[in-house]
Amino acid sequence: MATTAMPHSTTAGPTAPTGLWSWITTTDHKRIGVMYGVTAFVFFLIGGLEALIIRLQLGAPGNSIVSAEHYNQLFTMHGTTMVFLAIMPLSAAFFNFVIPLQIGARDVAFPRLNAFSYWVFLLGGLFMNASFLAGPLFGTGTLSVAPDAGWFGYANLTSPQFSPGPNIDFWVLGLQILGIASLAAGFNFITTIINLRAPGMRLMRMPVFTWMSFVTQFLIVTAFPVITIGLVFLMFDRVFGTNFYRVSAGGDVLLWQHLFWLFGHPEVYILILPAMGIVSEVLPTFSRKPLFGYAVVVYSGVLIGVVGWGVWAHHMFATGLGPIADSVFSASTMLIAVPTGVKIFNWIATMWGGRLEFRPAMLFAIGFIAQFIIGGLSGVMHASPPADLQQTDTYFVVAHFHYVLVGGAVFGLFAGFYYWWPKVFGHTLRDGLGKLHFWLMFVGVNLTFFPMHFSGLLGMPRRIYTYGADLGLNTFNLLSTAGALLTGVAVLVFVINMFLSRRGPPAGPNPWNAATLEWATDSPPPVYNFTVIPTVHDLLPLWRKGGMEPSPLPATPPAPIHVPPGSVWPLCAAIGIITMGVGALMHHHLVPSLATALVGLAVLVVSIYQWAFEPFEV
Amino acid sequence: MSHAAVAHHTSTGLDSRKIAFWTFIGSECLLFGSLIATYLVYEGRSVSGPTTHEILNIPLTSISTFDLLMSSLAMVLALAAVQRGDKVWGRVWLGMTALLGAIFLGFQAYEFQHFVHEGLGFTTNLFGSSFFTLTGFHGAHVFVGVIWLLTLLVRSLQGKLGPEKALNVEIAGLYWHFVDVVWIVIFTVVYLIQTTPLPTT
Repeated sequence: MATTAMPHSTTAGPTAPTGLWSWITTTDHKRIGVMYGVTAFVFFLIGGLEALIIRLQLGAPGNSIVSAEHYNQLFTMHGTTMVFLAIMPLSAAFFNFVIPLQIGARDVAFPRLNAFSYWVFLLGGLFMNASFLAGPLFGTGTLSVAPDAGWFGYANLTSPQFSPGPNIDFWVLGLQILGIASLAAGFNFITTIINLRAPGMRLMRMPVFTWMSFVTQFLIVTAFPVITIGLVFLMFDRVFGTNFYRVSAGGDVLLWQHLFWLFGHPEVYILILPAMGIVSEVLPTFSRKPLFGYAVVVYSGVLIGVVGWGVWAHHMFATGLGPIADSVFSASTMLIAVPTGVKIFNWIATMWGGRLEFRPAMLFAIGFIAQFIIGGLSGVMHASPPADLQQTDTYFVVAHFHYVLVGGAVFGLFAGFYYWWPKVFGHTLRDGLGKLHFWLMFVGVNLTFFPMHFSGLLGMPRRIYTYGADLGLNTFNLLSTAGALLTGVAVLVFVINMFLSRRGPPAGPNPWNAATLEWATDSPPPVYNFTVIPTVHDLLPLWRKGGMEPSPLPATPPAPIHVPPGSVWPLCAAIGIITMGVGALMHHHLVPSLATALVGLAVLVVSIYQWAFEPFEV
Repeated sequence: MSHAAVAHHTSTGLDSRKIAFWTFIGSECLLFGSLIATYLVYEGRSVSGPTTHEILNIPLTSISTFDLLMSSLAMVLALAAVQRGDKVWGRVWLGMTALLGAIFLGFQAYEFQHFVHEGLGFTTNLFGSSFFTLTGFHGAHVFVGVIWLLTLLVRSLQGKLGPEKALNVEIAGLYWHFVDVVWIVIFTVVYLIQTTPLPTT
């Protein structure tokens, strides 16, 4: 066994094991969080690179930096990567590292399932991106066979008739694999938050980040089965020749849109709610004031989660659903702006009268609010079907969701990076470079996406690889491209900051003088998180006298602490799943395909049994 | 290692595995909900036959449905036996549950090959695709359940399924009953309530 607890006679407490194998077999939520963060950040850079190529191509009319085919692959992979391989797993990095610390737990409820989620995510992401190089294996004559039907993969663009190559197979299988990772993590975190809270940590004393993550997990476990079924239908259509999206057999291509957006709209909140949670931690800390209207912020988040399930068809106004469906979904979409607006007012009221400290985390949180408002306002605009019909499939929509997802979610995540960095690594990121990062990114993002409102309203359609010089779109596109390059420079500054800050002075347990439980323990926290599990008496345990006991925590554990050992079986199970995916990818060659899939199944089954019966005490 | 025997302190007092499993079942509801909704949306939209009333055999499937319902009864008795530490009856009822599940799968295998023989394949028409996918997903769940029950039976025969491990049986039972309930819905909407109009020719 790679990890063993120290003998139970010592009071020093176990120490974290070292070496590569200890990372491969780790079940420590903090290490898994770091692995999620590193992997997702690399995918974020890849997705960003794809965006830069897209913007370079569109920087001038009639450009030919990439072909139309490659352009389709780039925007498809950019969307898919940013949603499933960057923003979701970056949120997962924070779920992993922060939630157990915020609720006063030693780990998540199922540490091995947690490792399994990470490995499936990593291998699924590599599987999806392998399509960029896999062309020769399929004899297609091109290097790249990356998915090329958009991140939403509308039927029947994805049908075997119109997409005969392996491109869509990579996408349909990759997303199913990634869904497994998200679902497993969802069950794990729901259980962790319900069941592993420290004594006195009532639900309404949980930090808002934990609350918003909790809502997010419910969205994940309910939304992902729906897209899974949509993907299974597509896979069966492609592999076996079933009729789900085959119009000639009576199939309805709108079925895909319903299943996809039934998932896809909750997915939007899966992306934004964790960032809202992060911002709700950062703003009070750097305003030196408790969050304004904690309960209302929590209830608004829950309401967003619930109503988020009833708005999906606003993505489908242009399909002609009829006046009743249009009206209902228009109303529910406008309704969801209410709890969202409530949150925004609460954040502003939190800063109101506070002693603001403009550290990088705070700047990103404020940037989040400003840009999220812009994205939210354009969202309300296309909640109205007549307006939406003008805006559908134009760059206006691109501007809208990038304000929400980059201006919102990504800014929120960067706020989280600066905020929790000292907790994770024991030293803070440099302030000056952080501020430079923020201002470059703030200008870059707005320069990229604000002109898209105009190019969109002027009629520039999405997903075209070039445009004519006489359409009046040249300046706006050039501005967007300049902004994208500036955003790239900003991210580079962040990378440099990570590198230069790696030997900073020790941050101490609570460098920001924050209020929540994760700041009560060391930075970085010991493998067992807390020397003793504190009893919580207040929403702000570190700010209010008597908010927790003991306070401060003892420096060494007074009693022996059991730390679960590592396990290699989560990784093996993930390898089994990915092997099955590779088998399914080869479906044009029956025997090797079946053989590979069966080997994968065997590896999976053996791993599950080894996992179930190995000695492992949490 | 005696995990599970002494439950860790939890906020709710419930074992974490039970909570996780309930959330899993909630998630599965959406999975089957999507399959069933698709079946219902597509019912009667096949452009060629054979479809529901030409091919579905309600009496035969009633028998297999009864069989599956009885397996849930056996499951309840298995859990009760394991909880009171009754090794013999625990094994009998675990084995019986698995056997009744296997019989259900036998009915399904017979039904599938019979349909194929009658000219309804997976790709024949919209009904074939949605019917085989829906019932096939359910059958795969039953199959996993049978393997799970047999695993518990082997653990019992190894003497490793005492009352302190009853939660393992209880969770398998949750799964089994859920799969059974799903079948009741499928049997009702697919077999009993057929909305495909009768052919005019």
